[in-house]
Amino acid sequence: MNVAALYESLSALNKADLTLWQNMFLRFYRAWFEADRWKTYFEGLGTTLEVTVLALAFGVVLGVLVAIVRTAHDQQRPGTKNFLLGFVNLICKIYVTIIRGTPMMVQLLIWGFVIFATSRNFTLVGALGLGINSGAYVAEIIRGGLMSLDPGQAEAGRSLGLNYIQTMRFVVIPQAFKAILPSLGNEFIVLLKDTSLISVIAGKEVVYAARAIGARTYDYMFPLIITAIMYLVMVMLFSYLQSILERRLRASDRR
Amino acid sequence: MIDVKNLTKSFGDHQVLKGIDEHIYPKEKVVVIGPSGGGKSTFLRCLNLLEIPSGGTITFQGVDITDPKSDINLHRQKMGMVFQHFNLFPHMTIMNNLTLAPVQVLKKSRKEAEEKALALLDRVGLADRADSYPAQLSGGQKQRVAIVRALCMEPEVMLFDEPTSALDPEMVGEVLDVMKDLAKEGMTMVVVTHEMGFAREVGDRVLFMAEGKILEEGPPKELFDHPQHPRLQDFLSKVI
Repeated sequence: MNVAALYESLSALNKADLTLWQNMFLRFYRAWFEADRWKTYFEGLGTTLEVTVLALAFGVVLGVLVAIVRTAHDQQRPGTKNFLLGFVNLICKIYVTIIRGTPMMVQLLIWGFVIFATSRNFTLVGALGLGINSGAYVAEIIRGGLMSLDPGQAEAGRSLGLNYIQTMRFVVIPQAFKAILPSLGNEFIVLLKDTSLISVIAGKEVVYAARAIGARTYDYMFPLIITAIMYLVMVMLFSYLQSILERRLRASDRR
Repeated sequence: MIDVKNLTKSFGDHQVLKGIDEHIYPKEKVVVIGPSGGGKSTFLRCLNLLEIPSGGTITFQGVDITDPKSDINLHRQKMGMVFQHFNLFPHMTIMNNLTLAPVQVLKKSRKEAEEKALALLDRVGLADRADSYPAQLSGGQKQRVAIVRALCMEPEVMLFDEPTSALDPEMVGEVLDVMKDLAKEGMTMVVVTHEMGFAREVGDRVLFMAEGKILEEGPPKELFDHPQHPRLQDFLSKVI
């Protein structure tokens, strides 16, 4: 007997006569199979991934820029003051302070309902808001990674005649990257899950889809459980990929 | 070769170097001794501008390298530096540690750089470790690799900043042997060290630094056997 036929026969029965499992089956069927609703989840999931990738790209570019400015500013020779660098550094500091000091949700509401109140492209506005939020955290992660490295490494590079850029490229950044990879992966996971928040400004991602289906069937349990499982699978998959990368980068730690 | 005139260096309000005048001649082996905090390392680090001097001039091969317009990267190529904590690049194999700068800075071909590196590694007895990572070597081996890394740039002068201070006692000898070989070949060397035996054996001239000044200098025999300055007499009585 196929699933649809089973559903037909069970739904014809009196609800009071159904066992717990039969009842569960009916609810799941309505949340997943009926009216091809499963497609709605995957459409939402597509948007979720799209927003994640856009926000990630935006956040990494912004984070790297801010980290470079702040590190360059902090590493100036004592006594030398570059006015322009100082000014840009101040802006970066204000940016990081505001973003880290206010809730993600409030930021998204401001982007969606105040700054881009007339825009209908909710997905892009959401990606922008998430990217700008993520950039502040990525910047601090990168800055921490660069600062945690033994200054002797850069000194060794410079003492061999490598210039500042070469020293950064061959000595500092590869080691800093390895050091920050766990926190960067963590930030990516947070970002992936935070995309669920863009449903508050009508971004049509997977939570939005689940709530729409719940509203239609008057039953939120399975739509929300399905959504949770989707996030869980994505995060586990990503964690696995990350652990492979980390293991490869650890080659030099062998003793 | 290196001419230092009235060199001063301050960290904030703390003056570490209080006017150093010194000349290092080609092929000379200069050993710098003295108590901790006396400015030895700072003096050495000023020579290749890892510390920017607060005042005074350093002239290397006729060029004032303290002039902001001079190309410091060019001068550093000719000054090899060996650090107390080795500072090998832990994410690279020994071979890549050795060839990075020759390939990137001297624009040597990888093959040429590797041949040179392997020949030098062989001389310090580590040719078989070329594909290891620094974490797999002992302290003495790391420091020998660090010396080879500096030599791969074919420097005119080698600066040693307490090269044996972070080593287990039984590994000090193997590093000092490499340095002695280097000295025999006629390399110009400036060595900051606490190894008085090495200073006596290898040094052409010993500088005693304390409180940011060179208090006494001279051939090792004279300086160790007939110290004049009371501070040096006091120092030697404690270390020997």
